Amino acid sequence: MFRNQYDTDVTTWSPTGRLFQVEYAMEAVKQGSAAIGLRSRSHVVLACVNKAQSELSSHQRKIFKVDDHIGVAIAGLTADGRVLSRYMRSESINHSFTYESPLPVGRLVVHLADKAQVCTQRSWKRPYGVGLLVGGLDESGAHLYYNCPSGNYFEYQAFAIGSRSQAAKTYLERRFESFGDSSREDLIKDAILAVRETLQGETLKSSLCTVAILGVDEPFHFVDQEAIQKVIDTFEKVPEEEEEEGEGEAGEGEAVAAAAAPAEQGGGGAGDVAPMEM
Amino acid sequence: MTFTVPIDNGDSVKIAEEESQRTLYPYVTGTSIVAIKYKDGVLMASDMGGSYGSTLRYKNIERVKAIGKHSLLGASGEISDFQEILRYLDELTLNDNMWDDGNSLGPKEIHNYLTRVMYNRRNKFDPLWNTLVLGGVKNGKSYLGMVSMIGVSFEDDHVATGFGNHLARPILRDEWHADLSFEDGVKLLEKCMRVLLYRDRSAINKLQIAKITEEGVTVSQPYSLKTFWEFSSFHNPTAGAEGSW
Repeated sequence: MFRNQYDTDVTTWSPTGRLFQVEYAMEAVKQGSAAIGLRSRSHVVLACVNKAQSELSSHQRKIFKVDDHIGVAIAGLTADGRVLSRYMRSESINHSFTYESPLPVGRLVVHLADKAQVCTQRSWKRPYGVGLLVGGLDESGAHLYYNCPSGNYFEYQAFAIGSRSQAAKTYLERRFESFGDSSREDLIKDAILAVRETLQGETLKSSLCTVAILGVDEPFHFVDQEAIQKVIDTFEKVPEEEEEEGEGEAGEGEAVAAAAAPAEQGGGGAGDVAPMEM
Repeated sequence: MTFTVPIDNGDSVKIAEEESQRTLYPYVTGTSIVAIKYKDGVLMASDMGGSYGSTLRYKNIERVKAIGKHSLLGASGEISDFQEILRYLDELTLNDNMWDDGNSLGPKEIHNYLTRVMYNRRNKFDPLWNTLVLGGVKNGKSYLGMVSMIGVSFEDDHVATGFGNHLARPILRDEWHADLSFEDGVKLLEKCMRVLLYRDRSAINKLQIAKITEEGVTVSQPYSLKTFWEFSSFHNPTAGAEGSW
């Protein structure tokens, strides 16, 4: 995307009917580190890659509990994400207080989307630069939504946002049909495998990812690091003959190829471990 | 209400204050509501009277109304405040339906909403002068609760308002049990309503019984209870106290 004379104000249309500021806001989402969500009929899992500014600092929080039955993972400007999470918590708790009943997630995402839309139609505001993966429950079961800065929202079986999310999306596209009936353990494993896709060969350690789960009889909570490491151990340590590892390898090779193409570099071979720099 | 403000030269200036619009006493009132949970849902009974002080002025007031798909609301106390509450709930259920998303407000949510409304009005010293009974069924679960004009709210298997608190509750405590059949439930409610008819001067002999189950709401046509006045002591009421009347 290149600069043009219609991209200064969010309230200026381009001659081709685009709002460039909104599109630039969506670019900001792509710069953030990856966040992944997937759901079965009864559970939703959110996972993200922990990125730290430097070795000295702690990593940024990207997954927030909104209520016992709703959680959100963000990618992009985390400050905007925090503000929106606070808004979601506020809406949720106000509903609970008045009706003593959990706010259906489908209604929360509409409020969120309407809030984002306002920022695309006021000259003194700017769009939120954060994409939100909202997972939650309502009367019809578990749902996963993606809210983007444009004010649109979509429901997904599984989705990934942020940098190198295409790799995770490719993995999820192959597997999503089975998610509906997955057990919660399989769902967590798939989430961690999807996170691994975005790491491009970096060894997957539990310190690199955060996973959270919520379900019909399970309030939102983070999966603890030991449990994550145990899941990682089931597919990382084992040598190549293992079916899962083989599948992982194939996935990695695909991911490498997929990432290589847009980066316009010579196609990386499907080696055991792709080089750190791409 | 006006108050005077004294100013330096000794004269006082009268400043008119707007008449307070808060509710001070009720005018047209409905008497007791009695409601019980039974096997398939909830049964609620009320008479159709609206009293104007001691005059039994209105004889065709429906004090039990269906709310949304899942709930029944009965009210005793000021009838105009009940109508106001029905307007609030109308707006609430309308907005809920407009979402059109498979989620709907159940009896629990409506009960809690009403609790918030009643309590907030009480805090402003401008109460809605009602005791409300909220019953309903959603996803197979029966719900029955009550909210008073000061915002006291609770759930129970059987509830009664007004005089019903004193006359019907003892009967319900003794004779209510879980999984009453429809016929037994109606008999129990009629027993309570009959006692109220005999002893509550604001009760009239024209009642409706409303039923709510998973399928929906049915409100019966108004009917009367049979009463018995041929007690021997009524034939000669002064027998035990000569000279009295």
